[in-house]
Amino acid sequence: MEIELSIDTDLVTNILTKFIHSEITRFGFSRAVVNLSGGIDSAVSCALAVKALGKQNVLAVWLPYKNSSPESLEHAHLLVDQFGCPSVTIPITEMVDPLIERFPDMGQVRAGNIMARARMIVGYDQSEAFKGLVIGTSNKTEILLGYTTLYGDSACGINPIGDLYKTQLRQLAQALAIPQAIITKPPTADLWVGQTDEGELGFTYESVDRLLYLLIDQRARPQECVEAGFEAKFVQVVVERVRRNQYKRILPPIAKLSSRTVGVDFLYLRDWGT
Amino acid sequence: MKINLALAQINTTLGNVQANLAKHLDLIKEARQQGADLVVFPELSLTGYILQDLVPTVACRPQADDPVFHNLLEASRKIDVVVGFVDEDARHRFYIALAYLAQGQVLHVHHKVYLPTYGLFDERRFFAPGDRIQAFDTRFGRMGILICEDFWHVSPPYLLWQDGADLLVFSSASPGRGLNHSSQLVSSAWVEHINRAYASLFTIFIAHSNRSGFEDGLNFWGGSTLYDPNGKLVVQAPYFEESLTTAEVDLNQLHRTRARLPLLRDERPELVERELQRILHGD
Repeated sequence: MEIELSIDTDLVTNILTKFIHSEITRFGFSRAVVNLSGGIDSAVSCALAVKALGKQNVLAVWLPYKNSSPESLEHAHLLVDQFGCPSVTIPITEMVDPLIERFPDMGQVRAGNIMARARMIVGYDQSEAFKGLVIGTSNKTEILLGYTTLYGDSACGINPIGDLYKTQLRQLAQALAIPQAIITKPPTADLWVGQTDEGELGFTYESVDRLLYLLIDQRARPQECVEAGFEAKFVQVVVERVRRNQYKRILPPIAKLSSRTVGVDFLYLRDWGT
Repeated sequence: MKINLALAQINTTLGNVQANLAKHLDLIKEARQQGADLVVFPELSLTGYILQDLVPTVACRPQADDPVFHNLLEASRKIDVVVGFVDEDARHRFYIALAYLAQGQVLHVHHKVYLPTYGLFDERRFFAPGDRIQAFDTRFGRMGILICEDFWHVSPPYLLWQDGADLLVFSSASPGRGLNHSSQLVSSAWVEHINRAYASLFTIFIAHSNRSGFEDGLNFWGGSTLYDPNGKLVVQAPYFEESLTTAEVDLNQLHRTRARLPLLRDERPELVERELQRILHGD
């Protein structure tokens, strides 16, 4: 079984910029808002939006918390300078701290989810003020693994990068001239000091992308992945993680009562009529 | 004889027949001004592709008293037109259909025979399958028309070839998919591969009109083509963009190719029939 994660970045850029342009303009918009974290995913989404819509039509929003790393700030600034798009900095500390402080025993995950959802609120508010749609920044790896906060960083109007694994995004980031420091630093949600994606997940993106490519894209059986050299325990953990997080990838089920129910037998694309 | 062919590689407005009709009439006019004899639109060009519950609301009838076809038939008085639409039959079954219009008449209607219902496709849920594959005569000679999945199966092009068609017109709304190191999506490379193969194996012309644009996350890759009876690419429209691409179909090439390579002469359909009888019925 071949693992083919290399992409033609010109082809992908062409499709994704046309996608952004089509999905924004068909609803009468011309602008977009991207929550920049200083990481590679939001950098790529923002770069694609700038290419698709023009720099004046993309608002980069930087939403630091008091313990956000100085490196994230530095990288967000680097990107805004490079893209030349309008930007706004809105600290979320004063929004989230009263809620976090109300529950002294609150753990990192709860606090992190609150921050991710506060960023969603501010991003959507800015999108109304700027009259643009929110561009998503979730990649295929984290969508499949459910490594995301529901209604937080996963919330968006359209997502250009959700069918690209992290490994493929790194190639696209190179082609889009995202600064090297952003491409090579350890990926982090930056929700608490010292957090890294790979530390929290327990495996590297490089290895899990290769496994997911076989399981998802090639429809390989788990046993075939073990035979191809992946550790049985690793395969089991990833298969289970993908299953367990399906709820984050779909709309909540509606209890069916009538003869026609939204999402069940009331079926229209979002692009209906456009 | 030569045909000036125009491939109208359009984007569509999902579920808005009037908007799509207006675009058809504009492009038919433009094609005529460019001297085209025949203009070919993509699959479901009057409606958009992922229709789901919109199917019953966008259907029309390919006849002069239908308000949509009335306009198209009028436009076909000076140029032949192949158009994609949802056909609702007298008993209210819905088909993915392609009509060949010429000189104000409906010359032929094809109902898509193979409805993909797997992966990203869900056509059989919403449509009835056609059950006929027939060539038909035009002022340019005998032709056949097929829709997308119809030509992913080898038998429909084979049957049209044996039914006398020298130009096959393929129409599709093909969603691009399959990413690797190549500068081309896997799905578009595959379609070009088989279309070239049909042209070569059957020593006929293969014209393919594919749409462009997006529906939700799906991209339609365009890249419409004409291959000649030597399997040579005559023209290709740009990928992912709307375009009106014209090319000359030099029917005299049939004589030159078949004088060299008599695959049609030597084909033995009666042997195929006999072996199919044995395979299917054991006699």
